[in-house]
This record gives sequence, C-alpha cells and structure tokens, in this order.
Amino acid sequence: MLTLVPSPLALRFGEGSGERFYYFDKQLHMTASSPTLFFAKPQLQALFNELRGRGYCVVGPTIEQEAIVYSELQSVEELPRGWTDEQAPGQYRLKRRDDDAWFGFVVGPHSWKKYLFPPKATLLSAEKTETGWAFIPRAADSTRYALLGVRACELAAIRIQDQVFLNGPYQDPIYRERREQLFIVAVNCTQAASTCFCTSMNTGPRCERGFDLALTEIDEGFLCEIGSDLGRDVVAACSAAPATPAQLQAAETARQQAVDQMTRHMDISDLPGLLLGNLDHPRWKEVGGRCLSCTNCTMVCPTCFCSSVTEVRDLNMETVERERVWDSCFNPDFSNLGGSPVRNDTASRYRQWLTHKLDSWHDQFGTSGCVGCGRCITWCPVGIDLTEEVAAIRETPTP
Amino acid sequence: MNASPPTPPALQPLHANPWLTRTVRIADVIDEAPGVATYRLTLDGDTDPAAYSFIPGQFNMLYLPGVGESAISMSGDPTRSDGWTHTVRVAGNVTKTLAGLNRGDTLGLRGPFGAGWPVEELAGVNLIIVAGGLGMAPIRSLIYHVVHHRNRYGHVWLICGARTPEALLYRREYDLWRQHDIDVHETVDRATADWTGQIGVVTTLIDRLRLPHPKQTQLVACGPEVMMKYAAASGVRLGIAVERTWLSLERNMQCATGLCGHCQLGPAFICKDGPVLRYDHIRPYLFVEQL
Repeated sequence: MLTLVPSPLALRFGEGSGERFYYFDKQLHMTASSPTLFFAKPQLQALFNELRGRGYCVVGPTIEQEAIVYSELQSVEELPRGWTDEQAPGQYRLKRRDDDAWFGFVVGPHSWKKYLFPPKATLLSAEKTETGWAFIPRAADSTRYALLGVRACELAAIRIQDQVFLNGPYQDPIYRERREQLFIVAVNCTQAASTCFCTSMNTGPRCERGFDLALTEIDEGFLCEIGSDLGRDVVAACSAAPATPAQLQAAETARQQAVDQMTRHMDISDLPGLLLGNLDHPRWKEVGGRCLSCTNCTMVCPTCFCSSVTEVRDLNMETVERERVWDSCFNPDFSNLGGSPVRNDTASRYRQWLTHKLDSWHDQFGTSGCVGCGRCITWCPVGIDLTEEVAAIRETPTP
Repeated sequence: MNASPPTPPALQPLHANPWLTRTVRIADVIDEAPGVATYRLTLDGDTDPAAYSFIPGQFNMLYLPGVGESAISMSGDPTRSDGWTHTVRVAGNVTKTLAGLNRGDTLGLRGPFGAGWPVEELAGVNLIIVAGGLGMAPIRSLIYHVVHHRNRYGHVWLICGARTPEALLYRREYDLWRQHDIDVHETVDRATADWTGQIGVVTTLIDRLRLPHPKQTQLVACGPEVMMKYAAASGVRLGIAVERTWLSLERNMQCATGLCGHCQLGPAFICKDGPVLRYDHIRPYLFVEQL
C-alpha cells in the first residue's frame, strides 16, 4: 500500500492537510514544575559523575587548537575555565578572563550537530554472496550523549534540525536514534560576542525550552532550572537547594548582560520573501566576488544539513559501505543537471546558501534556518556578514 | 500536565529508514535504442503482488554497490505485479555499470519515492502529454494509467519528440495506444532517409493543436528542462492555465527524501516535492539562471 504524505511545499500552497508531530515535545516530558535550584560550582562534577554513571557520554566545551570546541569530557577540569573568546567577522581569539568563570564564552567553530548528525556515518553495507548482493542495514548506535553547555541559540538549532530530520514524511534514523537518547544541560549566556544576533532571530539569549537542565552561572555557583523529569532525577545527585531571591536576582542580572552586550542586528520583518524576491539582485555578484566558496559557513552552521553519500569498498569489491559525509552547497558539483554543474559561479552558490537559510527554509520547514549564532560571520575567512548582505539587498530591492 | 508523553504515529519502514535497500534481480532486458534499455527488476522469493505498486511519475533509487546510486523513474505499467520496469540511458557511472549487467544479476533498490503525476487531478479533462527523449519513460507509466482508466479522461494527445527516429521510445506500442483513442504525434530533430514524419521541436506540434476547450485541458511534460519550459509556454499560449500544467523535473539526488539538500530548486526539493511539480509553483525559479 502506498501512503501519500503531503510535502511541506504542497502544504505551503494550501494543498493537503499536514499533521506534524514533534519529537522535541516527546523528549522532554515533565509531570510537575520545580523551583530553580542552586548549587556550588564543584557540584557540577557530581552532575557529571551522575550522567556518566547513567551511561551517558558527556560532551562539552574544551580548548583544542586555540579554540573552544565540543569534545568528550572526563571531568569539569577540562572546561575552558577562566577563558573567553573574542569574535569579529573573520576573527576568533581566545583570551584569558580576569575571573575564573566556567562558561564565560559564547560559541566556537563546533556545533552540537556533530553528535546528532555526524560528519561521517555508515548508512548500510553491501555484501557479495553466492546469490548476488545482500544489503545489511547499519547496526543501531547505542551511544547516549549528554550535551553540557548548550546555549539558547543552539537549542534553537537542535529544534530546527528536529524539524528537518524528524518531522517530515521521512526521518533520518541516525539522527532519531541519537536524539531520542539525548540529555541536554543548557547554559544561559551571560555575555555576547560582537557576532551574536540571537535577539534578532528570537532564539536567545535565554534558554526557555528544550533542555533537561539549564544552568546560569553566577560568581558563587550555578542556578539550575529543571526542564524534564529525567533532569530532576539527575540533578538530585548534586547537593542543591532552592535558589534564594538574591541568587535569582544575580542570575537575572548576569543573563541581562548578554542582552545588553548584543550589538549586531538583523531585520527579519520581510523574511521570508526578501531574498527569493531578489534573485537577480546585483549584490549576489558583488558578494560572489568576495566569497571564496570555502564552505566554512556551512560547516560551522548548526543547522546546515546537506550531505553526500560515498562508496567505501574493499579491494575485492565484495564488501561495500555507503558512507554519508557532510557536504556543502558551496561545492561546485553540489547540484548538477545531466552531469553539468547547475551553479557555476560563486555568486550563485552564495545566493543558494543565503536564500535557503533565510527564505526557502521557511517554505520547507516552517522556520528560518538561522539562529543568530554568528558562526558563519566569525569563521568566514574574508569576514562576509550575512546581516550586512541582507541589509544591502533590502536597501536597493530589484524592481 | 499529562502523565504520559504523546506517542508519534508509527512510520512505514521506508519512511523510518529511507536507506533500506532491497536486493532486486534483473528479470529481463529489452534494448530500446542505442544506449537505452528497459529492465524489469524483481524481488527474490514470494512477493506480495502489491509490492511493486507505484504512482506513475515516481522513481526508485537503483544502487550498484561500489559505484553509486541513481534516481530512475518507473516506465512500466503501475498495475503490473511482476516487477518494476525502468528504462535507463547510459549517462554516468551507475547507468554504465547497469548496462554491463545481465539477466539474473542483482542490484540494490530503494523506493518508490517522489510525487508522481496527479492522476486524480488530471481526470475529467482533455490532456496534452509531451515527452522529449528519455522523458518518455515516466510518461509511459502515465499512458498505461490513462489506458486503464480511459473513460475518466477526455481527448488525449501524446506528443513525442526525440533527436532521431531511432531514439523515439516504445514506438511498437503506439498502435495499441491509438486503439485506446490516444492521439499520438511524433517529431524528430534530425530525420533519417526512411523518416516520413514531422521534423522539428515538440513545441511546433503543440502550437498547431486545435484545442476545443483550452480551459478544460491540462498539459504534462517530461523531457529536457529547456523543452519543458517551451512546452509549458506553448500551452499557456493555447490558453492552458499554469495551474493545469505539470512538469517532471530533474536534479542530482542522493537521499530521495529531501534530507541531503542536493536537488533543491528554490523552495522545492525535486525528490520529495517533485519530481512532478505544478508549473505555477516552480515557474518563478525555473527561469533564473544557475538557481
């Protein structure tokens, strides 16, 4: 029996009725609300131990190659305590803080998508048998990840990838497996980089939903909000007490600092629509002249989801694995028609990336593809700033 | 708050894991034209007759291990229960390797995928079917559907074009289709000595049609993109509404489910929202260079 599933495009044009479900909501089930707790900083190790004891692989921020990246952590000692990141278009530097803050930085070149949508994953394997090719589905992955230090913009990015990989007619089995077992410890930002613009995208800086636990760091310790029943069980391992009004106030002040420091802004009042309505704008050619088509923006973007499948075969050609790797719309052969590339110049590739991210993403997934994390601005080797590009197109729309 | 979390609806296996690949065997091969052959592919063992059902215009992903996968539309009769039929032209590595296989050899298959021809919406009106070159393959599935439900459709024109007479596919079946009151017209770009028919592009034939009721006529087209653009434009000139014009588009596809990103054209994933798309939905993007 064939079942016809309405596509988002058809839904957009008002055809069919789409009922969507949200894994996200299923994930974080909570039977009763709990007061915000407070625990002293060393207690974070107890949380850590509890998660590891429950079989989670704890991943979080740590310093590698002069950047704050996400990696598997053994203890809180590996957190970039006392460090911060200075960011600007095309620029990223680590700097010592004048305090000992545990989470006194924003976001780096990694995003959590590498755990849910791995850069390289085996999809299935093929084996030559006496009767012909046999296809073996990939083995289930039992790794359970606990993400420590997820910022509000990153929670939004996970929400967007949930929409892409779980809420359409087809699901990505790898993403689903990892997502269903995920534990999220969010951390509220208490500062902003010059590249941050989450307030424009309505994704932050406050962590409002989609976490098991959410921390706010103040001088004397962490405030901890509980977002799920599981989170409540896990935090029971820490010596925590209900937060005092003074602690709650200190946390509020700390979080407000991130809002006050936000300098970058993107007007989204005419998005979606602005970019798809200006496909022939001269600005595309102009930015195409600066863009190196290096793919950095798509690699660091926490929502970009494009991939390619490659064949990995043994020498006898008797076993072949199909491996999925991240791909980028900036690669010349990304799109082709009858064997010839569709997007021959860099301008057309940049246009594809930006119109998809900010405009057609809405048609496809009912949300913008941008969370305002600023990674694509920081990690662009020539400092192209999408907020500037959008403003330039708005400035002189094509008639 | 509720005591138990909401349970999402269960998905069919292919929707829960679109990478599920089945072994199919080449049951027979028919040479159609130079470099073009039709394959009937069957699953091993006792197979549910409904296992091969599909909607005309849909495609399967054919997988040659170690070489890669290719999206190939079904060219056979959707009511047939003895395998999937695919007409394939040698174009890249996958199709080249496939051409080297013999009866009894195996390959992988995922599918069916995509939105096919809107057979319900096409019913009850006159229909112009335009096929260019290998675009005839998914069109033939639609013609089988029309033949099986002939009384649901009005006047049906089939306009086929190809580069040369020998590249016109399935000519052996034209007589049968004509017996079912399908008005078959053909044209070639380059004639050979024995060709006595039309020479020129398909749009010339469309332009010459005398449509009694353009508003009650729909146009479907499959072929090279440039041909479809002109065919759709010709249809509009005849008075056929853009909302009643359907094109089957093509881009490179890897996942077939809208998850890998390759086949996007504007907001459409050709694999998932298409390959058959309504002309008015896709027209703003179809004519933009390098989109």
